Amino acid sequence: MDLDALASCLASPACLVTQTTSGLIIGMLLFLVAVGLTLIFGVLKVVNFSHGAFYMFGAYFAMTAYQLTGSFALAILAGAAGTAILGLIFERVFMSRVYGRDVLMQLLVCYAFVLIFDDVVRMIWGPEFKSMGMPAAFQVPPLFIAGGVVPPYYLLLIGVALAAAVVLGLGLARSRIGKVIRAAAQNPGMVSALGINTGLIYGGVFALGGMLAGLAGALAAPVRSLTPGMGFSVLIESFIVTVIGGMGSILGALIGALLIGLIRSFGSLGFPLFTEGLMYLFMVIVLVSRPTGLFGKEVA
Amino acid sequence: MTRTRKPGISRRSTLALMGAGAVTFAAPWVARAQVKTIKIGMPTILSGRVAQLGTSSRNAVMLEVEKVNAAGGLAGRQIEMVIRDSKGQPQEAARIARELVNTDGCEMLLDGEASSGSFAVHEVARDLGVLCIHTCSEASSLTADPKQHIPNAFRCVRQGIHDSIVGASYAAGIAKTKGLKKWATCSPDYAYGRDTTGEFVLYLKKFAPDVEIISESWPKLFQPDYTEVVTKILQAKPQALYSCLWGGDLTSYIDQANIYAMFTQMEVFAVNMADYTALTVVKNLPKGIHSGDRYIKTFPPTPENAAWGDAYKAKYNEYPTNWSWQNATAVMFLNEAVKKANSTDGKKVAEALTGLTIKCPFGADGTVTMRADDHTLVGYAIGWGTTIPQEPYVPDVKAGDWKTIFELEAEWKKSKGYT
Repeated sequence: MDLDALASCLASPACLVTQTTSGLIIGMLLFLVAVGLTLIFGVLKVVNFSHGAFYMFGAYFAMTAYQLTGSFALAILAGAAGTAILGLIFERVFMSRVYGRDVLMQLLVCYAFVLIFDDVVRMIWGPEFKSMGMPAAFQVPPLFIAGGVVPPYYLLLIGVALAAAVVLGLGLARSRIGKVIRAAAQNPGMVSALGINTGLIYGGVFALGGMLAGLAGALAAPVRSLTPGMGFSVLIESFIVTVIGGMGSILGALIGALLIGLIRSFGSLGFPLFTEGLMYLFMVIVLVSRPTGLFGKEVA
Repeated sequence: MTRTRKPGISRRSTLALMGAGAVTFAAPWVARAQVKTIKIGMPTILSGRVAQLGTSSRNAVMLEVEKVNAAGGLAGRQIEMVIRDSKGQPQEAARIARELVNTDGCEMLLDGEASSGSFAVHEVARDLGVLCIHTCSEASSLTADPKQHIPNAFRCVRQGIHDSIVGASYAAGIAKTKGLKKWATCSPDYAYGRDTTGEFVLYLKKFAPDVEIISESWPKLFQPDYTEVVTKILQAKPQALYSCLWGGDLTSYIDQANIYAMFTQMEVFAVNMADYTALTVVKNLPKGIHSGDRYIKTFPPTPENAAWGDAYKAKYNEYPTNWSWQNATAVMFLNEAVKKANSTDGKKVAEALTGLTIKCPFGADGTVTMRADDHTLVGYAIGWGTTIPQEPYVPDVKAGDWKTIFELEAEWKKSKGYT
């Protein structure tokens, strides 16, 4: 434990700025993965254990597009669009067959695809780790805000993730499609009776979830190494986020992800040997005091 | 006129068959020795996160085995490699090693496992008494600890303690000239990371007593994001940073630290940087990272080493790794030991290997030795230098001094109670 380091950091604006942005970027990437997970669970009632694979595919798609075109914008687009299509196919062909089945059956199918997707990546891109490299536009010295260090790329990353959160939140709350999705989550039978194609809604939600994870992967590609299996480590933390925030809650995923990000960034100063433990401890505290998570709804 | 041929075996071929039979039965050992291949078993890691290293080990072994076979094999017997994937799991490595000997009839083992697996294979070698050369485990205790010593096992690998001594003496030299007193460390949180960092710091303080460690970070192995570690180190404002992160973890760390301009704010010593797996993957490799040599074809700066690196690249379309040169050296050792023993009998080969010095492209002076008292590789090229973003990546490697290594290694062994 090194509480002096934590206290001196909290007293210094430079350190506060650096550690807060560090927490924000960890949190925002986690949010993009976790929100897809929570959305799919909320509507489809499936715990998508293979969600990390979409993060992985997003990163690989982005890297390939970047190598082919040299355009970072196209790389991001390829990461998001590619995983959306993949999500749609995966849901229609495989996941749609296990709705309403035993949870173990769903887990088994998802876990099988964790392994299959990893092997697919290995076959296409090879087993060795890859690096996409930072686009030239962002190879600039970091900004200094109140003495704290903030890389411009991370500002973009936080901005894109925030924009995704706002669009998603508003879209679900205000738009017609959003209403249909929420209705399908509550009572799919009734929605179907009203003449709405629930299969399409389910496929769409899965594609959206996959797209968000793919977006996270594409945004992370310039700063993280790409390997088969890279989705798994992100998945565990995303589960922690959804459990803390409440399964099915988008606001919960946002708050949960930011809390985890901040716990990591400040925890590494104050509790360097217990940063991971701190995350789990926090999850336990939340679960004991609010078993449905911070923003989860009580199950009737 | 037509020639008729009676069905059945002609007199001529009957005679030939009888002749051949007589030779075979009269001297069966000659026939067997000339026909029978020698099987060498090799458990290594061919799937999972470090598959690239296992594959590069297999490649290097095959490259050398082809040469030995083309020159007539081991004492006239062609080598047949039986290589199996342990997936990096120690219990699987041990099971495969046992099976290779008992079921597949392998007469020798090359153990291409990382440290965790090699200790397991070592126990199999102890049990079966089969000749075993470890080719990948750098854990010093595997051969330094007398409890591990068995007459039939050898280690043809660089060693953690050698790296720490050479790295620390190089780093201390730079610390003294540049006045680097405040140091931070950032290494993966498992046995290798902790031990290597501990030994490096121990010797750094010995060579440069002014040095003080002001910040330590222990990210977990295969952690995807290091941002909190990077910013923590920036807050501590050290003058130099030591890291033994490796592979994809190291390249992630560099990409993430780069955008915080970390490499302009402190001297960075990353022991595992100068390996082609990392050097060729990082897109924006910062200039001036200090690194130990893992494998680069320009160190030792000899035509033999360069030729070997190029031959490997020509065959496999990628550069060799640190595991490659070690595995290649193991095959070279086997070849020379069998020649010396004039036999492929495991016991005789083990005796010939003990204390054997061979010509080798990876030797500091063109030779390497299998030290007699602890059955481990010494005299290999070992050094440190600084990186540039393109080939040859580490243009000027400062070679470590084996005399110093031997002295300090002996002291270290004594301090550990090994001698």
